[in-house]
Amino acid sequence: MHRAVLTEDKKRAAYRALENRILNGEGRASPEQRARAFSNAGLSSPLDGLLGKVATRPTQVTDADIAAARAAGFSEDELFELVICAAVGQSARLYDAGLAALAEAVAGEEDG
Amino acid sequence: MRLEVLNRGYGPGTKLLFATIRLFSRHPVPDAAKLVFYRPDFYGSRAKEFTHEAMRGPSPWSVGDRELMAAYVSQANESAFCIGAHTATARQAYQDGPKVAAVLADLESAPVEKPLQATLRMLGKLTREGKVGAEDLRQVLSTGVSRQQVEDALAVCAAFNTTDRLADAFGFEVLSPEGFEAGAKYLLKRGYR
Repeated sequence: MHRAVLTEDKKRAAYRALENRILNGEGRASPEQRARAFSNAGLSSPLDGLLGKVATRPTQVTDADIAAARAAGFSEDELFELVICAAVGQSARLYDAGLAALAEAVAGEEDG
Repeated sequence: MRLEVLNRGYGPGTKLLFATIRLFSRHPVPDAAKLVFYRPDFYGSRAKEFTHEAMRGPSPWSVGDRELMAAYVSQANESAFCIGAHTATARQAYQDGPKVAAVLADLESAPVEKPLQATLRMLGKLTREGKVGAEDLRQVLSTGVSRQQVEDALAVCAAFNTTDRLADAFGFEVLSPEGFEAGAKYLLKRGYR
């Protein structure tokens, strides 16, 4: 049991380390811009088009989405970072939603 | 890939490594591998650590089960590169191609254990709809899946929801069947680190 708990902590800790690095570590895009990409909120055009697709319908990303963001002045390194933030952000929401539903299911079991 | 830095932005040491991989595997270096070598301090190092822990770290799920989850989540995201890569890896891990094919064709009629089936169903719903409720989780737990197993499955789900998105946003080139088989062999031998 103790081993199982420690094991799980390691998985989640590794995920939090990734999140923390891409949001708060050194980068070419500003921390504010990376936070907006991660949460898929408060982005201006044309970044909102590209990063919204990364979060919710990634197969629809096209060369034109990247070209539009480049034309708006974002470098390839900034886009590398912001696309990663958008992808990890959506995954984090799914991870958290699953863990919250599990906690609720287990709490219900214990109450009942 | 869509960003030129991901095709060409590597130092001499990394280029030499890629050339060595091409020489020994006789296949191009998969874009998934290239991505984690680009500015690895930003993403690759920690992404590899997390993915390896989720896919190869201690868990009540077998490696085959977790590779099948990766393939199933990738199918829910319609991510061609990742479906190919993890279908091949699950097949090799299980040594059972028909089982993997049946799950991906129709989970409900597939000859697969109820706990794994219920877990895959929940991961598919979470991936497609962006949410699951306590009732969905109670259904999974009722098949005998432990809390630890659910948590481990959610870690796999998080890893592949990230990788699927990056594969399609950056435009990973889909490999030949032989290329996917070679990649699967590598992933089973060496893992994700």
